[in-house]
Amino acid sequence: MNLSFSKEDQEFQQEVRSFIEQNYPSEIKEKQDQGIPLSKEDTVKWHKILNDKGWLAVNWPEELGGTGWTITQKHIFQNELAAANTPTLMPFGVNMCGPVIYTFGSDEQKEFHLPKILNGDIWWCQGYSEPGSGSDLASLKTKAEKKGDVYVVNGAKTWTTLAQHADWIFCLVRTDGSGKKQEGISFLLIDMKTPGVEVKPIITIDGTHEVNMVYFDNVEVPVTNLVGEEGFGWSIAKFLLAHERTGIAGIPSLKRELDRLRDITTQIQVGEGSLKDDAMFMSKLDRLEIKLTAAEYTELRTLAAMSAGGHPGPESSILKILGTDLQQELSDLFVEAVGYYAHPFMTEEDLASNESRIGPDFAAPVMPHYLNYRKVSIYGGSNEIQRNVIAKAVLGL
Amino acid sequence: MDFSLTEEQQLLQDSINQFIEREYTFDDRKKYLDSEKGFNDENWKTFGSLGWLGMPFSEVDGGYNGGPVDVMVIMENLGKGLIVEPYVPSILLSGKILADLGSDDQKSNYLHPMISGEKIITFAYIEPQSRFNLSDCLTKSTVSDDGFVLDGYKALVHNASASDTLIVSARTSGNQCDEKGISLFLVDANAKGVSLRNYSTIDGGKASELTLENVTVPKDSLLGVMDEGFSTIDNAIDLATLGICAEAVGIMGKMNEMTLEYTKTREQFEQKLSQFQALQHRMVDNFMHYEQSKSLLVMCAAKMNDNTEDKKKALASLKYQIGLSGKHIGEESIQLHGGMGVTDEMHIGHYFKRLTTIRTLYGNSDYHLSNYASL
Repeated sequence: MNLSFSKEDQEFQQEVRSFIEQNYPSEIKEKQDQGIPLSKEDTVKWHKILNDKGWLAVNWPEELGGTGWTITQKHIFQNELAAANTPTLMPFGVNMCGPVIYTFGSDEQKEFHLPKILNGDIWWCQGYSEPGSGSDLASLKTKAEKKGDVYVVNGAKTWTTLAQHADWIFCLVRTDGSGKKQEGISFLLIDMKTPGVEVKPIITIDGTHEVNMVYFDNVEVPVTNLVGEEGFGWSIAKFLLAHERTGIAGIPSLKRELDRLRDITTQIQVGEGSLKDDAMFMSKLDRLEIKLTAAEYTELRTLAAMSAGGHPGPESSILKILGTDLQQELSDLFVEAVGYYAHPFMTEEDLASNESRIGPDFAAPVMPHYLNYRKVSIYGGSNEIQRNVIAKAVLGL
Repeated sequence: MDFSLTEEQQLLQDSINQFIEREYTFDDRKKYLDSEKGFNDENWKTFGSLGWLGMPFSEVDGGYNGGPVDVMVIMENLGKGLIVEPYVPSILLSGKILADLGSDDQKSNYLHPMISGEKIITFAYIEPQSRFNLSDCLTKSTVSDDGFVLDGYKALVHNASASDTLIVSARTSGNQCDEKGISLFLVDANAKGVSLRNYSTIDGGKASELTLENVTVPKDSLLGVMDEGFSTIDNAIDLATLGICAEAVGIMGKMNEMTLEYTKTREQFEQKLSQFQALQHRMVDNFMHYEQSKSLLVMCAAKMNDNTEDKKKALASLKYQIGLSGKHIGEESIQLHGGMGVTDEMHIGHYFKRLTTIRTLYGNSDYHLSNYASL
């Protein structure tokens, strides 16, 4: 057992650091540091910068554009990106649809989609949840009927993150309603420009437009857009959920945000001193930091086991729970830290405007973030569902 | 980064587990507890001959050059068997002190026979008022013509009644809580003026309250340099803290196993307890507590040889977590066993008691959290 970085690892860390220093566009950095929401163009710009360097599809097989890095190198890379506060890239293409296509897709699909996922020309969104199917995903009803060389799709998807920007959507659809509910599900790729696709915003309690309803009204999708066999969708969904949950812990960003909160405590005046002198508050911060360290090493242990034994298994459910717990607790501590200045209502437009903010700059995004982050224990399989997964797959119950 | 154990460490793990399976059933353990010493001499000699007692010491000192990871492997597996032999007080505390400070003579008279299993040596340092502060020491030692004279009182001296020799911390200069001015002495357990009030501890161990009244020890009983004992005590407690945290992780893993097993057999309302979702989720939380504790244990074992601040931070994180998870898993395991969980007959309660004493030993969660904050 040896958990320290080798000389090669230290050199790699230096290489990543200098790359970020030289290539992270200052206008994006400024927005990030001030908590100003990024535009689609900002995110795509950073996506392309990483791709040009060959550092985008970190986990893909090397021959398809992956990095071939060790778990230590991946750990270092994610930590450096997070420490520099670079934009969070959308996972739907690179981390989700990409692996599905190169694992289960046809040669044609690989040839068409993989390069566009890498270069950021196609923005993907995920069509899983439906108004009637939340945690019970397999009960989904969006129907795809095969008619000649097309599937005719009818139904509705919900909670579709950033569908307003998306070019394509990957969907779980029902191709057979007769047998067990898991068996009649298929995985379909749909161009958002196809007639009959309509996107409607859902405004969330933080006042933002992040998620959407996506309606399908007699949408004709070429049968060549089916990934894998008909009825194979549920297996793909399970494969994908396991992939999704490992990154979901967001440990590196948590570390940066916790350090930032520590720094903020020195800037918040309390009487003649600062919040840093409040032992009760600081103790909560310390507890959270220890919990974060435990989660970080749990993730590293999981990754190490994975690199020895293949695909992420139910262990990723543990990370989903640990990570999202931490994200929510930290977002709450931020609210607690800024006190009354969490109360002014800041819209996305307010945050992006040049007008000076009410209260300290760091206070403005805190409450929207807290409210927005109620989602993390609900999405990607609610934390209760994750406990069911662990109970069944790990504890054998 | 590499989280795997070496082949030797896996063999060590296997040999401890085999020993527990063969020689350490719950009935065996009960016999050992009921004996006067509170453990079994034969077992202790077996530990010596299998190399477990010498693991943390250098080859020059007659040991096997093991590091913190080896100590972790030993203690985690001893924990699974709820072993009562005095590995922590004798090997990890007294052994570490002797290895750090002992002269050649002291090592050959004390450390070597300890490693071979012939001698038990315990460490007396806790005082009624000291709580977790290692520099709070009122027991006094004064220089005399023949050597030193010790006076004072030590609390919770583990396995003192079975020890041939005690290592005693005593103030040779300075004020009650000064780090400087604490010295360490080898004291014969039968020396005049040494009196022990022996008792059993709630976790199945043995301990004593020790009174030192005008105890004269020779000049060569001083360990290391006069007044400079503190950092050695601190290092030994650090190693022992890693040890009991590993023990706790072993215990928690075992308790989770036992609880799962129990809920899979026990039926209520015409179904197995394990089929109730409310209980399943609680067992998942127990499992996650275990994983987090294990992660910090592994991290800490890997950082024991790092610079002082990193090591101290890792230890504070780990012991804080063990206190938290020990309470959670301990209490939940009893609850999930229902009424049976509070009977002496079931094994779970015995694991619970040891886990509960570990929460306090070498500082509870609050103490380690405040250590963490100060780093």
